[in-house]
Amino acid sequence: MIDMTKVNLENDHVQHWDVVVSPDQPWWNLDLKEIWQYRDLLFLLVRRDLLAIYKQTVLGPLWQLVQPLLTSLMFAFVFGIMGRMAAEGIPSTLFYMAAVVPWIFFANVLNKTSTTLVTNASLMTKVYFPRLIAPLATTLSTAVSSLIQLALFFIIALGYRLLGGYAWSLDLSILMLPVLLLILVGLGFGLGVIVSAMTTRFRDLAFLVGFGVQLLMYMSPVIFPLDRVEPGSNLRLALELNPMTPVIEGFRAVLIGTYVEWSTLLYSFGWMVGVILVGLAMFRRVERTYVDVV
Amino acid sequence: MSDLAISVEDVHKRYRLGTIGSGLIADEVKAIYARMTGKTDPRLSIDQEKDMQRQGMDFWSLRGVSFDVKKGEILGVVGHNGAGKSTLLKLLSRITLPTKGTIKMTGKVSSLLEVGTGFHPELTGIENIYLNGSIMGMRRAEITARLDEIIEFSGIEHHIDTPIKRYSSGMKVRLGFAVAAHLEPDILILDEVLAVGDAEFQKKCLGKMQEVSTKEGRTVIFVSHNLAAVKTLCNRAILLDKGAVTFQGDTTDTINYYLKGDTEARNYRHFGKEFDTDEFKLDEISFNPVGGSIDDALDEYQTIEIHLKIHMKRNGARRRVNFTVQDDHGVVLFVFSSARSDVKLHDGLNHLVCTFPQGFLNIGNYFLSMHLFEDDKSLLYNFPNMAAMQIQEGERAIGKWMGREPGFIKPRFEWSNSAE
Repeated sequence: MIDMTKVNLENDHVQHWDVVVSPDQPWWNLDLKEIWQYRDLLFLLVRRDLLAIYKQTVLGPLWQLVQPLLTSLMFAFVFGIMGRMAAEGIPSTLFYMAAVVPWIFFANVLNKTSTTLVTNASLMTKVYFPRLIAPLATTLSTAVSSLIQLALFFIIALGYRLLGGYAWSLDLSILMLPVLLLILVGLGFGLGVIVSAMTTRFRDLAFLVGFGVQLLMYMSPVIFPLDRVEPGSNLRLALELNPMTPVIEGFRAVLIGTYVEWSTLLYSFGWMVGVILVGLAMFRRVERTYVDVV
Repeated sequence: MSDLAISVEDVHKRYRLGTIGSGLIADEVKAIYARMTGKTDPRLSIDQEKDMQRQGMDFWSLRGVSFDVKKGEILGVVGHNGAGKSTLLKLLSRITLPTKGTIKMTGKVSSLLEVGTGFHPELTGIENIYLNGSIMGMRRAEITARLDEIIEFSGIEHHIDTPIKRYSSGMKVRLGFAVAAHLEPDILILDEVLAVGDAEFQKKCLGKMQEVSTKEGRTVIFVSHNLAAVKTLCNRAILLDKGAVTFQGDTTDTINYYLKGDTEARNYRHFGKEFDTDEFKLDEISFNPVGGSIDDALDEYQTIEIHLKIHMKRNGARRRVNFTVQDDHGVVLFVFSSARSDVKLHDGLNHLVCTFPQGFLNIGNYFLSMHLFEDDKSLLYNFPNMAAMQIQEGERAIGKWMGREPGFIKPRFEWSNSAE
């Protein structure tokens, strides 16, 4: 944001400007330097979100565990025991938790990020800061609280092993966990930012997001393992097109040792890069004037 | 060394009135489809801008605003409601972008549009100091370095670890202002909301602003309705009217220019046939500040003369004039009459002058009704609301309260101290 072109004719001197505000801001000009300068704000906003969760309730973060636990138990009962859709040889509860926990993680990041421009409107109409800080903070704070849910999986899985119900163990594939988490958060962030940019123009989109995420879940291997679906069928194709499919399969492979073709993760990675780039471009277009319409 | 801090060049800002688009995806898809197939967008005609203006959907809040601010200058921005002051404030604060034009600034910019932006009710005072400070653009290390000062300034040391949802609104404002007072920007953009509130807060606020500006190289832009504050603090001012700069210069000149539009109508009123009867003809009434021009606004510290020109056609010697002064709500504040002095009217032209003591009227609008009496007992004519007087804020010393005192008159009584 430095413009050295303005020449002060009287003094024959080049005036230096630190801040140039004009309507022509190219979308690729992300100004990462400025975001870096505001890193303290990012940190404090994440801290605010986390502290607010802890302080508002008696049980604090424990409530975070109820949703994935209940969902997993319900899926285990309906799809695992009654529908016999789970993989064989693995307790249904563990099988579903290994996918439900990352899925809820993804859905939370997407949902929270998609409303970030609306929830932070009171800030953004009063003070300037790089707008991207807001969805970044939301994504990070949601990610941190979702990691607690992941910890729940390990506790339950350890419980199975100690009680002798299932010989659960981890192998070297655990090293893939950070990569899986990165793609998961990246996809949620990118899609969330796209939705947040679009909801400033189309209010009705906000209602569709929750439904859309649910639909996407049924088009992923959360309910049944991918290898249960006949290769070449339409359903298989739909599942394979979903960028979350390799991620969910990957989480199952790491957590309960099922098989996954790791190379399919490149497809998800490509999607992640794509939605982040598209999301940033769209966000860039709306961020500076959306306060005129909220 | 070039010495400009801010340069605003031909800035326009358009707002769309009514709904933005229709808000429905279906309509948007239709429009995109039309564009792709080369047909006219069903929502717009060919000349989008003109069409929108014709439909009254566009509102240009700013139309070509340009001005420069030198380093160390305190610039006041004045204007009526809807003149574009708030829009300019938002653009300078980078809350939204101009539709056209460029704003360039040099150095660190902070804007104070409210105190305590981003306070979270569940967090404690200290946690909120960090949150608010970083939102205002401070680094965490800077806040830590000034934390003790900020807490001391706020005066709520004992509650600093309490969630601020338990604070009174006054405490929240104090905490917010304590943070704001410790920002150290090169350019400070201040909204007038900071100049209202209780006297103590106002004093702190304006005192801080003066302190900020007297330091080397600090530049302040102050947007306000409070002319007393602008007169006192700013060395230069610009006047916005209907989204354009209509005057800029010395603060006093700008404010006089600003008020002229009102005062020409108010300070002077010439009558044609309105009050022409068999008995008399009322020619004119005017309010003249002593030592000032009739074109200037009347201020609270001046001595004001009321001039009345009336032509008596008969029985002039038996007539008396009396004025009733009312406030905005029509409440009668006081009455003054020529019967209480030795002044006599006579046939022919009379030019009566009535002098209010210096600084008699408080800031406000006053409506005068005139009555014509015969032989000090019977009312002959009543001229309701025949003239209005507008008294403005005068310049005050720094550190003094900038608000309006209660009441309508501020008579200067005789005071003494008998103990000496």
